[in-house]
Amino acid sequence: MPLRVGLDLVEVSTVVESLRGPHRDRYLGRVYTEREVEACRGTAGEIEPHRLAARFAAKEATIKALPGAGEEVALTQIEVIEDGSGGVALALSGRAAELLAESGAREVAVSLTHEGTYAAATVVVS
Amino acid sequence: MKDRVRQVIKDHAGLAADVNSLPDDADLYRAGMTSHASVNVMVALEDTFEVEFPDSMLKRSVFESVDSISTALEQIGVAA
Repeated sequence: MPLRVGLDLVEVSTVVESLRGPHRDRYLGRVYTEREVEACRGTAGEIEPHRLAARFAAKEATIKALPGAGEEVALTQIEVIEDGSGGVALALSGRAAELLAESGAREVAVSLTHEGTYAAATVVVS
Repeated sequence: MKDRVRQVIKDHAGLAADVNSLPDDADLYRAGMTSHASVNVMVALEDTFEVEFPDSMLKRSVFESVDSISTALEQIGVAA
């Protein structure tokens, strides 16, 4: 499979609105895994929206990089996990994992960033 | 149902245009709905209509217009 790259940019304010809105609980449950939500909590226990926004960007970047991932794949099947060395990695499950296997790709890598009002992520599938 | 769908879109799609000025088959993504906004629309629809879209309906085309959203809701049991 040829190298494929996905990139996504998210306005952090949109995530703030989702967290403050009337559909907060469903938003969190349908988009992020419990592990992702916990990883985004600050020292006082509150969810830090810029970190959540970066994870949303990672999911969208994965959809752009992995053929077929934009269809019938729940966002929770594309999970950003901590890799134990201070960085992050992607853990795909369900249909997302099937698509990765079907693509013949051997590796998938992710990088997150956030500054000010934006968060972004890049995903490479090779 | 379409009136309630339009209200959800108005509240959550982040469109610059007035949703009530758009035809039922207008492409909401072309009208400015981002991927994150489409997720907000999805969860708002689920809470509003007390349903959950199955994975098979998690497609860009399902949330593309008032018509496509309404059709999907009917398919999962929401009365027209």
